[in-house]
Amino acid sequence: MPLASFILRRLLQLIPTLIFILIVVFVLVRLLPGDPTSAILGDRALDADVERINRQLGLDRSLVVQFGVFVQSVFTGDLGRSISLKVPVTELIAQRLPITMLLTGMAALIALVLAVPLAFWAALYRGRAADTAIRGAFQVGLSMPVFYIGLILLTVFGAKLGWFPVGGYGDGFIDHLHHLFLPALTLALSLSAIIMRNLRSAIIGVVDAEYVQFARAKGISARLILLRHVLRNALISTVALFGLSIGTLLGGAVITETVFAVPGAGRLMVDSIYGRDYPVVQGLTIALAVLVSVTFLLTDLFQAWLDPRVAR
Amino acid sequence: MKTVLDVRNLTTRFAGPSGALVAVNDVSFSLGEREILGLVGESGSGKSVTLRSLIRLLPSMAGQSGEVIWQGRDILNMSPKDLKAVRGGQISMIFQEPTTALNPVLPIGLQIDENLRAHTKLTHRERLIRARELMDLVGIPEAARRLSEYPHQFSGGMKQRAMIAIALASNPRLLLADEPTTALDVTIQDQILKLILDLRDELAMSVIFVTHDLGVVAATCDRMAVMYAGRIVETGTVADVFAQPMHAYTRGLLGSVPRVGTERSPLMSIEGTPPSLSAIPQGCAFHPRCDFATEICRATQPDTKMLAAEHQVACHNSLAVVKTGSPVR
Repeated sequence: MPLASFILRRLLQLIPTLIFILIVVFVLVRLLPGDPTSAILGDRALDADVERINRQLGLDRSLVVQFGVFVQSVFTGDLGRSISLKVPVTELIAQRLPITMLLTGMAALIALVLAVPLAFWAALYRGRAADTAIRGAFQVGLSMPVFYIGLILLTVFGAKLGWFPVGGYGDGFIDHLHHLFLPALTLALSLSAIIMRNLRSAIIGVVDAEYVQFARAKGISARLILLRHVLRNALISTVALFGLSIGTLLGGAVITETVFAVPGAGRLMVDSIYGRDYPVVQGLTIALAVLVSVTFLLTDLFQAWLDPRVAR
Repeated sequence: MKTVLDVRNLTTRFAGPSGALVAVNDVSFSLGEREILGLVGESGSGKSVTLRSLIRLLPSMAGQSGEVIWQGRDILNMSPKDLKAVRGGQISMIFQEPTTALNPVLPIGLQIDENLRAHTKLTHRERLIRARELMDLVGIPEAARRLSEYPHQFSGGMKQRAMIAIALASNPRLLLADEPTTALDVTIQDQILKLILDLRDELAMSVIFVTHDLGVVAATCDRMAVMYAGRIVETGTVADVFAQPMHAYTRGLLGSVPRVGTERSPLMSIEGTPPSLSAIPQGCAFHPRCDFATEICRATQPDTKMLAAEHQVACHNSLAVVKTGSPVR
C-alpha cells in the first residue's frame, strides 16, 4: 500500500513542522516593538505595577522557561487569555477563524468554477479569439490590486444595485454566504486568474501527449478523453499551485476582511497586533499556521491520488 | 486472398505558415486478410503519418483526401460516431514508446477496460475476466494483480505487452503498429515481434507494421512498401524486394544493413539526408541522392509501374537498378 505509507510519512512530517512553528511564533512575538505590560498599564505606569504585571504574565522568567510553559499550555489547549478582550484566546479563535475559513473556501470554489471551464476553452481553442479574450480578461483581473477590485464590487453590487450587503457577517448560514459572496469573489478573481493560466498551459501540454493520441485511437468518447486523460494529468501541477494559493489566501484575508468589514481572523489579527495583545497574536498565528499545514497536507494527498507516481 | 483494406490516392497535408506541407502524397496500397505489410522508410518519409491517416488520428489542422476503404466504407467520409466504432473496435493501433503512450495516472486494468466498455456489451464482471485473459494472451504474468498496477510499475517490454493487450481488447481485425519495437532492447524486441506474429495467427488479424528496421521486415512481414518523401516508391513481397530491388532507394536501404555470415564488405550508405517537407525536389524526390539519376529524373515524377507480378516501382531507371542486382545475397 504505497498510498497508505505515503499518508503516514506525510503525517509524521507534520510534527517537526509544528515544533518549528511554535519556536518561530514564540520568538516573533517577543521581537515585536512594545510589550504587553505597557499596553495594559499605559506609558505612565509605576515600576511596582510593571513588576507585578510582569510576574502575573510570567514575563519575569527566563526565555527558556517561558517557552517551556508556552509549549505545555499549547498542547493542553490553553492559548491564554486575551489581554484587551479578557476572554480565552481559544474562544476568540473558535469564533473568528471559521469565518475566514468559510470566506477562503468560498473564494476557492468560485475560483475553480471560473477557472477550470475557461482554461479548457482557452486551451482547446488556443490562438483563436476566445483564447485571447479569456486570457486578456484574466490578465486585467490579475493586475488590479485586491482592495481596488473589492471597492469596485462593493460600489456596484453592494451600494448601487443593492444585491449584496456592504459589510458584516449576518446571522445563519445562508445569510453568511450572502454576506461573504462579494469578498469571496474579490479573492477568487485573482486566484482564478493564476489557476486559469496554469491549467491552460498544462492542458496544452497534455492534449498532444502520446497517451491522449492512444486514447483517441481506442475510440472512447471525447468527454472521457478530456476528463479522464487530459484533465487528470493537467491537474497534477495545478493542484500544487492551488494548495499554495489557498495558504496565501488564508493569511492574506486581512485586506479583504478590512475592506468588507468581515469579522474574521484577519481582522482579529490586525486589531491584536495594534493592541499588543500577545496571547491572541500567538494563538492566532499558531492556528493559521496549522491550518495552512493541513491545507498543504490535503494538497499533497490529493496530488498523490491524482498521480500514483507521487506516492512512490 | 481477400482484401480487407484498400487505400487509394491517400494524401495528407498540414497547414503551415508558408503554405501546405504534403506529408503523405498520393499513396495507394491494399492489404489482404491475415497479411502483414511492412511500411518502410527513413525518419520523415511519411510512414507514421500514413499509418495515422488511415484512422484520421491527426491534429485538427491536417487535411486529407483520397479513400481508405475498410469493409466497403470510406473511413475518410465516416461520421465521428462511426469512426469511433472503427477505432479500437475494428482497427487498433500501438505506438512506438509504451512509456509515453500509456497514461501514467491510470491503472493498466482501467486502460484495458475503457476499450472494452467502448466496443463491447460485456458486464463489469465479464470485462474483468476478459482483461485477465488479455494479460495472459500477451504474456504478462500474475494478471489479476498487475491489472491494478500503474504503467511505472511495469518494465519496458511489459509496458509494450500491456499496450498490445489494450489494443487487442475488442478483437480488432487490423492492427496498426507504429515502430512497436524501436524503443526496446534487442532481446525484448524479438519477444514482442514473435508475440505479434503469434497473435496474428491466433486472432486472424491483418497488420501494418511501420518500421525503419529492414531486419524486422524480413523477419515478420509478408509484403513491404517503401516510402520516400511521402510517396510509396516500391511495393512487393518481402522475398521479391529483397531478392531484386527495383528502386535505387530500396537498393540503398538494403545495402545499408550489416549482415553476419557473409564475407566482410564495406556497408553501403545513402549519401545525403531525406528532404524536408517544405523543400521536396522537383521530378523524382530521390534524384539528388541517387546514383542512377538521369535527366528525366530531375524533370518528371515517375509513374508507378508493375514490373513483375505484385511488384510495383516508381522509378525511371528501374531497369538499370535491376541490372546491378541486389546487395543482399
